[in-house]
Amino acid sequence: MASIDVENVGKVYSGGVRAVTDIKLNIADGEFIVLVGPSGCGKSTLLRMVAGLETISEGEVKIGSRVVNNVEPADRDIAMVFQNYALYPHMTVYNNLAYGLKNRGTPKAEIDARVAEAARMLEITQYLERKPRALSGGQRQRVAMGRAIVRKPAAFLFDEPLSNLDAKLRVSMRGEIKRLQRRLGTTSIYVTHDQLEAMTLADRLVVLNGGQIEQIGAPLEVYHAPASTFVASFIGSPAMNLVKGELHGDKLAIGPAMIGLNGFAPTSGAVTVGVRAEDLRIARDDEEALPFRLEYTEELGAQRLIHGTVGDQQITAAVSPEIALSPEMRIAVDAKRLHFFSIDTGKRLPGHVPAEAKFAPVEPVL
Amino acid sequence: MQTKRTVFHSRILPYFLLAPQLIITLIFFVWPAAQAIWQSFLRQDPFGLKVTFVWFANYTRLLDDPDYLNALGATFVFSVGVTVLSMGLSLMFAVAVNRLLRSGRFYTTLLVWPYAVAPAAAGLLWWFMFNPSVGIIPYLLSFLGYEWNHRLHTGDAIVLIIIAAAWKQISYNFLFFVAGLQSVPQSLTEAAAIDGAGPFKRFWTVVFPLLSPTTFFLAVINITYAMFDTFGIVDATTSGGPSQSTNILVYKVYADGFIGLNLGPSAAQSVILMLIVVVLTVVQFRWIERKVQY
Repeated sequence: MASIDVENVGKVYSGGVRAVTDIKLNIADGEFIVLVGPSGCGKSTLLRMVAGLETISEGEVKIGSRVVNNVEPADRDIAMVFQNYALYPHMTVYNNLAYGLKNRGTPKAEIDARVAEAARMLEITQYLERKPRALSGGQRQRVAMGRAIVRKPAAFLFDEPLSNLDAKLRVSMRGEIKRLQRRLGTTSIYVTHDQLEAMTLADRLVVLNGGQIEQIGAPLEVYHAPASTFVASFIGSPAMNLVKGELHGDKLAIGPAMIGLNGFAPTSGAVTVGVRAEDLRIARDDEEALPFRLEYTEELGAQRLIHGTVGDQQITAAVSPEIALSPEMRIAVDAKRLHFFSIDTGKRLPGHVPAEAKFAPVEPVL
Repeated sequence: MQTKRTVFHSRILPYFLLAPQLIITLIFFVWPAAQAIWQSFLRQDPFGLKVTFVWFANYTRLLDDPDYLNALGATFVFSVGVTVLSMGLSLMFAVAVNRLLRSGRFYTTLLVWPYAVAPAAAGLLWWFMFNPSVGIIPYLLSFLGYEWNHRLHTGDAIVLIIIAAAWKQISYNFLFFVAGLQSVPQSLTEAAAIDGAGPFKRFWTVVFPLLSPTTFFLAVINITYAMFDTFGIVDATTSGGPSQSTNILVYKVYADGFIGLNLGPSAAQSVILMLIVVVLTVVQFRWIERKVQY
């Protein structure tokens, strides 16, 4: 068990391509951190630098109290679960699990005990004598997890471990990873491009974009107060609506419509306005609202997504499937649920932050 | 598996399209092979005036002939030597090139060149380098106190043809090993590195076992090459000597048949060689597909 400290780490590949810039991240002992971002954002590079599979160009990485920049991967006391599992295809499941222990000269009896324990925990005991190719995707995933567990490392590193599984299995394995990590209490870094995986697994998530950290925070903090338009559009499904608007005193103009803000305006002039689909609702006749022209709908079962335009800007709203639809509608939103971002930098404008307590806990759509 | 099927409306067209390949096969492979089999049962007088059908007499004689048994032994030593030497070296080269990122392609090109050299030319090249009077290698060896002379020493002679034959085959093996190494996922070696295996151990416990299909395939190919495709090299370097020490089977077929003009026994030898090819091919297809897998 150990904390991990990433101090001002950067990565420049030979040839001058910069993958990661000035990452600062302090991970507490036992914490589950998820690095999330689109492909090419540097999340895997960062993970591989912690693992020791990539050299660290700038800054330093500490595992526990030890700087590991020049420590071999084998001596960093970490275990990694790879995207393609990286199981040794010519070895049985037992040998896959035992390989790391054998290399470290662990006594045979202890290897047997540890493998048996991990296998029992992951319910793969009956497959120990099989080769990986005789296993299903989910079983291989468990073996890969088992290989990490038997070593009892200070930290688990996960590199998109679920992306090769089908949707249903992914949900159940996600639960299992979470349960296992809670039970073992091992510090974990988990890389994914799937914001849903990030939301459900993380104690804290780190949103990366272009090799830099956009935001670090607990899933709900990030969801309810995205630090930039990038985070706003990346976290949450459907993505947050981002439209151009203009603040005139306490009024917000979006296209042709004007709505009152009840004192929530952070500034004046042109801004990017963010609003989550589920915060939009069909307006009552007597309230200020945006004129909405319906284009098409998507049925999610519990919800119905209605896509259309306000003025000339795209808007998606999530409404109850019972509500009657018509080509022209009026939609409303509580002023306190609006997010304002600078039109130049895309950063969140200071001022009102929707208090998390006021919201019912939001379960992301599965 | 999906295959694309073409339907011919004419009944003659398909045969016509296959004809060039079939004609070549029939004229250059099937016909001579059939003739060899027929001839192996015959005995001719030196002037070709009288031919007698002798059943298996040519074969039984061969198996009693100490020269033939000697050739079998020489072939065995030679094939194993060529296979081990060329595969060992090419695996080393492949591993070295596989670690290079940028200059790998350059070395690969250089290493493939020997494959384009004709066997006789390769033989001549090594004959020059090992020439006891003017060659550079005997000259250098003389400083180590070794007097190289493959015209007199049987050991030197067999080493010479092994080196010459192995050198030509390194390119081929190298290409397959490089391809094999590149198909071993990088994440496996990374996983092994995290699992505490050093570079040497990673290679022998993870990479090499995964190369086993390639290794086995190459072993069969190399043995086949050494046994049947090395006539040019032997002819250009040692011509089977000294005292029959490098008279391998494929060379003896030529020496007995075309120099000794002893056609019946020579044909019998080539039939035996043909049977060996058949066995090796069967082994290759049965074994590679079934046994060497993980």
